[in-house]
Amino acid sequence: MNTNTDFSAIEKKSQRNERIRKIITYVLLTFWAVIVLFPFYWMILTSVKSYSAYNSEYVPQLYTLSPTMQNYFDAFTAVPLTRYFLNTLIFTVVTTLLMMVVTVLAAFAFARLKFPGKDILFTLFLSLMMIPNELVIITNFVTITNAGMRNSYIGLILPSVTSVFYIYLLKENFEQIPEELYKAAKVDGTSDFKYLWKVMIPICQPTMVTIAILKVIECWNSYVWPRLITDDQAYFLVSNGIQEIRENGFGRENIPAMMAAVVVISVPLIVLFLIFHKKIMAGVSRGGTKG
Amino acid sequence: MDKNNSKAWLYLLPAMIFLGVFMIYPLFDVIIYSVEEGYNFASQTYFGIGDYNFAYVLRDTYFLQALKNTFILVIITVPLSTGIALLISVGINSITKLRDFYQTVFFLPYVTNTLAVGLVFMILFKKTPYSDGFVNLLITTAGGTTVDFIDGPYWAKMFVMCFYTVWVVLPFKILILTSALASVNPDYYKAARVDGTSKLRIFTRITLPMISPMIFYLVITGFIGAFKAYSDVVAIFGTNLNAAGMNTIVGYVYDMLYGDSGGYPSFAAAAALILFAIVLTITCINLLISNKNTHYA
Repeated sequence: MNTNTDFSAIEKKSQRNERIRKIITYVLLTFWAVIVLFPFYWMILTSVKSYSAYNSEYVPQLYTLSPTMQNYFDAFTAVPLTRYFLNTLIFTVVTTLLMMVVTVLAAFAFARLKFPGKDILFTLFLSLMMIPNELVIITNFVTITNAGMRNSYIGLILPSVTSVFYIYLLKENFEQIPEELYKAAKVDGTSDFKYLWKVMIPICQPTMVTIAILKVIECWNSYVWPRLITDDQAYFLVSNGIQEIRENGFGRENIPAMMAAVVVISVPLIVLFLIFHKKIMAGVSRGGTKG
Repeated sequence: MDKNNSKAWLYLLPAMIFLGVFMIYPLFDVIIYSVEEGYNFASQTYFGIGDYNFAYVLRDTYFLQALKNTFILVIITVPLSTGIALLISVGINSITKLRDFYQTVFFLPYVTNTLAVGLVFMILFKKTPYSDGFVNLLITTAGGTTVDFIDGPYWAKMFVMCFYTVWVVLPFKILILTSALASVNPDYYKAARVDGTSKLRIFTRITLPMISPMIFYLVITGFIGAFKAYSDVVAIFGTNLNAAGMNTIVGYVYDMLYGDSGGYPSFAAAAALILFAIVLTITCINLLISNKNTHYA
């Protein structure tokens, strides 16, 4: 009898410990979630405060009772936000499409075709992944400048197309398709290109979608190259637009209008993320690099 | 066979052209730039060949400031972000309710525009004549005195820079560590529980060794990424980083290349090669350490 009560006491104690541990875990996770989400809350909150209300708050208010849409109106009229948006859209779509074409063709050649020197060439390709962007950007800047392609879509897009890593990722995926399928297609007299188009691409669609989404995120957020290559506002992307708005737009103190612009710029990617978050997270854990 | 051969090269041609023009050629070209002394961008002439560019950069006070800032940033943020990421990942892995929710929220900073959110951070930390800002509100509530984090003392600025960097790099690390933790074979834990091993001991003797390859991967990529810090810093302190005293090595490279102080690709090339040498050295050291200490299952 005695030993029995001992056991139940031990069990109770361990259950209590378990509960305390759980509470601490949730508190910790919630704490970090607040830190992550707070900047987003703050930018939305500030963007709906009116200019005069914001500036009269010596102590910042955590809520507002009279939200206004005026700042969004200002964001689209006082600065060329629509222009920045359109530029980024064109840049992102064209770069991603070009990247997909180049990547698919190269991955197909490495995965299916046989030619002498293939292994050496692929190793060389892989070793290119070690080259930091900061090293090659200097010459690219000079190349594009000398070619007279500053302040143009071509100048923005061309150096952003290559992605050795995605070629590697897709090649691995292509190689998982059984060789027999390829041989059967050959017997039927299907051309390589038709086989690639009708068989390989549909099978590997999930990987291709992942690669495309990752590239879209990268393009949408790119800042360094566009900053070097454009000084004409007509070709600014959203990142450069934000920096421009901060330094010269609206007048320095119109923070609510700036925040409205920031919200507008952030929304497309957040929507994309909310729709595809499973895919994006799986893709990044397979091959993302940042930080 | 021969026909097939040329076709393969045709498929590879676009990739080779892009890589050749924008990666391989620049790689050699940057080395040439770095040794051309007194290179003039307008007339494309230079005086001679030598190591003057490196000597100049290494004596430039702006570069030394950038070097110092970058090293402080790296030394603080890499261990801190990896540690916090580990803590959060262990937390996520120990719960079942709301797990997807937390994972999604923690990943959100990865997909946001660094420049845009950096502006929000600037406003949260900034102290202006009209308002002390939100962070200073918290500080005064806790009984402290207000600090200008954006234009104030060096360590206040460094704090914001490190804080934002950690905020930006955590999503990737949490994601990688969470999936690494989830893939540890549960049999090990069951065996340990049968033996009555304490939680702490299970963590240090089973979990950590099992995920050590991933931790080292994150440390190595973390070092590389932090050494290249630039756009997050611009997001907070604006484009004139030298004036703010907050420049980084990459920032120095771009300033030398372009902008108000730009037009010196030779100095930029020399600085970029110095950065590359630093990163390569640190990565090699990291690899050596990790090969000794990593447990490969």
